[in-house]
Amino acid sequence: MSAADFAAIRLTLELAAVTTAILLVVGTPLAWWLARTHSRLKGVIGAVVALPLVLPPTVIGFYLLVALGPHGPVGQLTQALGLGVLPFTFAGLVVGSVVYSLPFVVQPLQQAFEAIGERPLEVAATLRAGALDTFFSVVVPLARPGFVTAAVLGFAHTVGEFGVVLMIGGNIPDKTRVVSVQIYDHVEAFEYAEAHWLSAGMLVFSFLVLFALYSRKRGVTR
Amino acid sequence: MVSRIRRLLTGLMLLAAGLLAHAAEIQVAVAANFTAPMQKIAAEFARDTGHKAQLAFGATGKFYAQIRNGAPFELLLAADEATPARLEQEGATVPGSRFTYAIGRLVLWSPQAGLVDERGEVLKRGGFNHLAVASPKTAPYGAAALAVLQRLGLAETLAGKLVTGENIAQTYQFVASGNAELGFVALSQVWADDRLAGGSAWRVPAELHEPLRQDAVILAAGRDKPAARALADYLRGAKAQAIIKSYGYEL
Repeated sequence: MSAADFAAIRLTLELAAVTTAILLVVGTPLAWWLARTHSRLKGVIGAVVALPLVLPPTVIGFYLLVALGPHGPVGQLTQALGLGVLPFTFAGLVVGSVVYSLPFVVQPLQQAFEAIGERPLEVAATLRAGALDTFFSVVVPLARPGFVTAAVLGFAHTVGEFGVVLMIGGNIPDKTRVVSVQIYDHVEAFEYAEAHWLSAGMLVFSFLVLFALYSRKRGVTR
Repeated sequence: MVSRIRRLLTGLMLLAAGLLAHAAEIQVAVAANFTAPMQKIAAEFARDTGHKAQLAFGATGKFYAQIRNGAPFELLLAADEATPARLEQEGATVPGSRFTYAIGRLVLWSPQAGLVDERGEVLKRGGFNHLAVASPKTAPYGAAALAVLQRLGLAETLAGKLVTGENIAQTYQFVASGNAELGFVALSQVWADDRLAGGSAWRVPAELHEPLRQDAVILAAGRDKPAARALADYLRGAKAQAIIKSYGYEL
């Protein structure tokens, strides 16, 4: 494998790590709200969160390109804030990946929160635990498997991202050229041996991640 | 009731058979830069012959990989001359069916009026964040764009500003959406009816890069299809050539 291949691998891991961290921070309150609320908005927000599951990445990538671009609403905002425009930057890929992997983090968390039920929260309340205290001393430990699933799926799904990156990345080495795009380049340039190395690596990585996840899950339910 | 259904089915089958006998369908892989003219040519071709050309647009390198792996394309309109030659060598084509259907022109283009001057001085002047090119590894127009930058001695100074589209269509999209202020695209993408469709442009002199000779070839899957041969001939006809030239290609 070449230096460019290793650079792509490092970039992909960085992107997945940053994206997962942001998603856990943003996704946790969102999932908590979805799990607890009786608001009429629940259906709408739940559907919006799940959209990336069914939308083709081209749709997400296309709208991100337009929205983040200099004439789009987000692009106007980032320019006004002096941040420039996001397409073709690592930050732009992070934004795209957060959108793209959102349901993979929010949904396992929401399910974990729902599984806790009312009872532990009521007990915590009778013991005069505050809301934050309850969340960190009761909810987080009980929902721990959900957090692990969310983090693993969010990370793995971002590593496997292709369409969105292709649409908003611009294929810049060390900034936006992730492994999936590098593989695509190799295939198009007839470099099948290099493509095989990276593709097989992705296959093994993805299998191991899912294998670890599903083996662990079975251990918990038993 | 049953006999009525049977009669209906027979009728439908006869109809289908009749259609098949007259109007064949051809699967054509078309280089992304040739999208607009080919749509026009295919429409004219359908009107004149009754044959329907199913067009797939994309990067030539991708088509190569797909064809080598059994894609059912019967005719390839490549963005270069190397890919059809390579397919011919590998026995994946109808021997002797290769021909040049167009010679492409490279253009430095921006949707902003006045940004690109008529001699491309903007490249030296700067004042832009992103310059879009097609992937030089896989797209001939991308390789030509880099050759131009090298000839102008700007390859290193501008390296940090390059963003790369997967093919020339995506490169155009990067520029048209304003995400890159300017980019090297195919003249055919910004040229219609013998003039610039909008924005500002520098028509890159052809001597600054290797000629963008675009070859077509009938693929093995089109061996026994007269319609594939008919479309190949049609591309060399006066009507198609007039369309091709109106998009800024040379012949």
